Order: sequence, then C-alpha cells, then structure tokens
Amino acid sequence: MAPQPTTSPAPAPGTDLRPYLPGLEPERQVNDWGRSERVEAFFDRTLTEFLYRLWFRCEIEGIENVPADGGALLVSNHAGALPPDAAMIGKAIKEEHPHPRPLYLTAEHFFKGYPGFSMLLPKIGAVPAHPANVHRLLYDEGQLVLVFPEGRKGTEKLYKDRYRLRRFGRGGFVEAAMRARAPIVPIAVVGAEEAAPIFAHIRPLERLTGLLYFPITPTFPHFGLLGMFGFLPAKFRIRFLRPVRTDDMGERPWDDKALVQTVAQDVRATIQDELVEMLGDRRSVWFG
Amino acid sequence: MTSRRILITGLSTHWGGRLAQALEQDPAVEAIIGVDRRPPKVELQRTEFLRVHDSHSLIGRIVEAAEIDTVVDTRMVVDSIVTTPRLAHENNVTGTTNVLAACSGAGNPVRKLVFKSSAHYYGAERADPAFFTEAMERTEPARTLIERDVVEADGAVRDFATKRPDVTVTVLRFADALGPSLRTSLSHLFSLPGIPAILGFDPRLQFIHEDDVAGCLEHAVRDDLPGVYNAAGDGVLVLSEVADLLGKPLAPVLPPWGTGLAASVLRRVGVRLAPETLGLLRYGRGVDNRAFKATGYRYRYTSRETVIKLREHQRTAAIVGSSQEAYRYERDLEEFLRRSPSVRPSARDAAPANLPPGERRGSAVAEAGYDDLGADELIALLPSLEAVALAELAAHEREHAARPEVLRAIAGLQGSEDSG
Repeated sequence: MAPQPTTSPAPAPGTDLRPYLPGLEPERQVNDWGRSERVEAFFDRTLTEFLYRLWFRCEIEGIENVPADGGALLVSNHAGALPPDAAMIGKAIKEEHPHPRPLYLTAEHFFKGYPGFSMLLPKIGAVPAHPANVHRLLYDEGQLVLVFPEGRKGTEKLYKDRYRLRRFGRGGFVEAAMRARAPIVPIAVVGAEEAAPIFAHIRPLERLTGLLYFPITPTFPHFGLLGMFGFLPAKFRIRFLRPVRTDDMGERPWDDKALVQTVAQDVRATIQDELVEMLGDRRSVWFG
Repeated sequence: MTSRRILITGLSTHWGGRLAQALEQDPAVEAIIGVDRRPPKVELQRTEFLRVHDSHSLIGRIVEAAEIDTVVDTRMVVDSIVTTPRLAHENNVTGTTNVLAACSGAGNPVRKLVFKSSAHYYGAERADPAFFTEAMERTEPARTLIERDVVEADGAVRDFATKRPDVTVTVLRFADALGPSLRTSLSHLFSLPGIPAILGFDPRLQFIHEDDVAGCLEHAVRDDLPGVYNAAGDGVLVLSEVADLLGKPLAPVLPPWGTGLAASVLRRVGVRLAPETLGLLRYGRGVDNRAFKATGYRYRYTSRETVIKLREHQRTAAIVGSSQEAYRYERDLEEFLRRSPSVRPSARDAAPANLPPGERRGSAVAEAGYDDLGADELIALLPSLEAVALAELAAHEREHAARPEVLRAIAGLQGSEDSG
C-alpha cells in the first residue's frame, strides 16, 4: 500500500521558496493536500478511537523520539491486508506526544485511480508517494511523514513470513530525508501482522477486479469488501526508536548511493532487531 | 530592459484589454499595438487596434514597421469550448511558430517575449505530484488536442529562448482562470444547477482570477523574468469545497468507469464537458506558484477568493444580467479620436467612444470569419458567444446562408440563455 519514493525528487531550487508558501485560510476545513479536518476528526472519534483503545489496546514506547517541530521521516515495518498500523501510529502521536502534530502517510499512486479511495484517503492524511510530495512536506512545510519502505512487498507478505522485513527498495526514503535534512525515526510495530493476516493471494482475481491484490484473510473474501476491515484483536505495541540524523552527512549526501544504501540497511536492521526483541518479550499474541 | 513599444496579441481577451489599459497609464511606454480577430471589449485610449483575420501571419510585418521591442503573446487557446479543434490547433501551433518567426531574424527589434501558456502543459494523471514545479514534465503523454497544442507551443517557445539568449523570454503557465468575463469549460460546469463530478473522486483544483492573469502578464512586462513560471492563486481546493463555496450540490453523474461514454451522453443534452476537463475531474492538478511569487508578484485573489468572486458574479448576473456589453468598439470613432486634427489634445485623453449598442453592423459577423466555417464547426463555436454576438450571428445567418441546422442551434441556445 505504501512504497517509498523511488526516482530522484524535487528540483533543488536556487532560492529558498519556503517564505512563499501559501498563507493559511482559517475559513477552510480542507488543506492544500486535500486533508479534511472534519472527516479526520470523525474517524478519529469513532473507528480509530475504538481500534486504538479497545481493539488493539495500543501500547506506546519512545514517543519522545518524535521531534516536536520540523520535518521528520517516520519509517515503520508494514503488514496486513488493509493495514491498520498507519492509523495507529498517527493516533499514538496525537494521544501521547506532548506536542501532537498531524501525520502524513505516503500511499501508492494506485489509490488516486480507485474511486472512493481517491476521495477518502487524502481527507485523512494520505498523499501519493511521489518524491516531490515527500520533499515538500518534509522540507518546505516541516511536517511528519510516515513511509513504509517495504511498500507493497510488506502488505502482500503472507502470515508465515510475519515480522521478516522485506527489502527496503533502493533507499529512496533515505534520499528524501537527506535532501530535506530531516531526521529518520524508525518505528517497530508488533501486532499488525497478526491483526490482518494474509494466508494466500489469488492472482487471477487480482487482475479481474483491478485491485492491487486479492488476498485470502480470516474474513475476506467470504464477508465481502467489508471483510477487508475484519481485524483480529491482536495486542499492538508501537516503539519509536532513536532518530537518525541526516543533516551531518556532508554537502550532498544523496549523491553518494553507497551511503544511501548503508543508511537504509542500518534503519532496516534497527527495526528488524527491535522486532525480534519485542517478539521475544511477548507472551501472547492477544494480550501482549 | 524597459519596454517602450509593445505588441499584444489577443487584445480582445479580458487580460489583453486589462494589460493594455494598465500599460497606457505608463508614460514610458511609447506605443501599444494590439491585434485580434474580434474588436476589443474594453475602452482603450491610445492603444492601436488592428483587426486581422488570421493575426499571426502578419505579426512579422507589424513588428518590423512599428519597431516593437516587447511582444506579449496572449493568443493561446487553452480551452476547447471556445473554438473548434482545427482553429485551435492553427492558432496555437502555427500561430506560435509565426509569432516566434516575427521575433527572430537579423536586426530584429524584439528584446522581450512574454508568452501565455497553460498548466494543461502538466496534464492531470494518476502518478502526478501534488504540486507541479516548473522543472517537472507531465507523467503521461498528452491525451487531448488542447493539451498536445500547449505542450508543443510551450516547447517551441522554450527552444526559441535557448537559441536566442539576447531575448528575455518569459513563459507563464496559468492555472484554470475564472472570472466574470470569462467563458471556460469549467465556468460552464460551475454555472449548472449541480456541479458534475465523477463518482468516487474529489479532485484537487487550483484557479487564478482573470485580473491576476492580467496582473501576472503586466508584472512580466515590467520586470525582466527570463524562464518558465507557474501562475496560479494560492491554495488548492477540492471539488466538493468548490461546490460548497458556490452554494450548489455536487452531482456525481459520471461513472468512474466508462466516463468518456457518459460524458458524450451528457454532451448530447447540453452539458459541455471538454475532454481536457475530464482528466481534471478525476485526478485534479495543483501547481507550485512560489517561484513567481519570489519575483515580487502578489496575487490579488487566492483560489478560494476566485471561486467566491465567481459566485458573487453568478448571483448578480442572475438578477441584473451581464454588464459586459457596456462598451462597444466603433472603428471609425476610435480612428477619429486618435488621428483627427480636430480633436483637442485634452479630449484625446478623455474617455473615448462609449456608445450604447446602436444599429447592427452586418459586416462585423462576416469580418470575424464565420463565413469560412462549416455548419458543424459553427455550431460547435456557438456556446462561446455572448448573447449580443449570438443575435448578430443569427441575423447574419438568416440573410445569407440560412442553414436550418445552424439557425436551430442558435435558437436553442438563445432559449436556454433566457431561461438561465
């Protein structure tokens, strides 16, 4: 559902254009990204609140690793048929952080072409995973952006492969953070992979329906499309890890592909090690 | 470089007229010459108007004769509602080539070219970034004729800029313009009782007010701004927000699949959905307008304020009618005021020919080139005409060709305007 940015991003502008960002229009309830306060607040009060408190009983650690201001790139492991992890991370920052801020989520362009999703996802903070979008959010607007570098490979992961991180692409997310001189905050999430397990994929139906993928889950497809939301009540633990600075790596670190790869590997290893440790401490999938 | 002798193509567009009015106030500007197919719609004091049938082939001669140092090219057609595809292509591509030819050659006096392009250059596709910057290219090849024209013309002008570093070339890519004196495919959709939408899509749209279009052009004439700039009001709205601002319901009458087919059905019943609008209704488009702001321009209206202005216009127009017909160009009178030795110098600066619409001039219609059009092309053009022009054309058609299908189409439109 959410790949990292791949191709080389935004042009390096000659002048700093940040002072020329459009001013706020307080009468508006929708911002320039299409994010709607009203729709977001509605979900926050209902579905997200229920999942966060009662269903997944989220437990948060290390929230102080999320910076209180300026851009930061949050990087998390990712799994599940219709992944609930992004919403839970956003809610965690809103509930636990001393300075709550909105979280933007990068999602695959696919959603922009699919009716309904195209209308809904931007309203709750999703932006298409284009390098220029990530750059504008991180550098120009100083926002929090969440990426899942595993992307589709993570979403499609079968139950038997749970908590084994897929490849982190070509490290586009590191490049984006470097260009924006924004820190990378790795996040380890335990629980998401049991909440929405996928047992198999049916490729012909995938092609037939035009969906990104057509999984077999505990509730899909036999309960219809709503079955996509049939999360099992696994216990969620979200651990925010120490930020990785990218502003002390030299003049144009993004040109050094080896360095980009190394940082990407380090971030991946950090999350993987943390996951293994958290899984070792866990006594029950359902009670933590 | 200070512009002293300025040529404006597309003088009869809203921004062409407004730009000429603004430049007239500047004593440093010696001469302003405007060309267009149709007479100007605003009162002009010292601007010379040349009505030429296909303006572009003659521009070279005008440039040489009047020693033009600045060409402001606002002639691009960026909306398929205002003309036929054939005429649009000729105007956009052949026309641009001619304008560029008029600016080159040994000893050419032109030192600055300001070119009005369109954000259609970027298209509206699934894989688009949320904000196009000037350095970005479209993510898919152009799908519609207008978009193809824009890409081609925009590219030709940038080629010219690299070949002729001694000429300051400014390309302005304007977002969709809205305003009381504009008729575009979007303003047509926004005038319907419900705003047509594609089911399940709420695209991001960005607008620019017609006065800001003129303002941006003027800014580019007064300052030297080589390069490409996006021009759009601050803020990107979603379609549902636009509908809210206009006080109208969103009507998701277009299905997400088979949209083209449904659009052609809607066209049959009079909803004019331009092909380039369908992409916008699905994926929308936003542009980064900061580079032009960094050159010192301040937009008078945000996208939101532009839509609010449009709503005010829609409401007043419904009560008092359109006030656009106040001025009417009378060639002989304008000539008299500018040239006759009998006119006192003080009167030359006073308000010129502002006459109530008087007797009908049969020749106006013939001069505008409608006689050269086939019946189908003429019918396609009709919705772009204002009520007065429509009446003129009806009378002309009755006297001359009297093609029944054309007369019927005009009658249909007149009926719908009365009721609307």
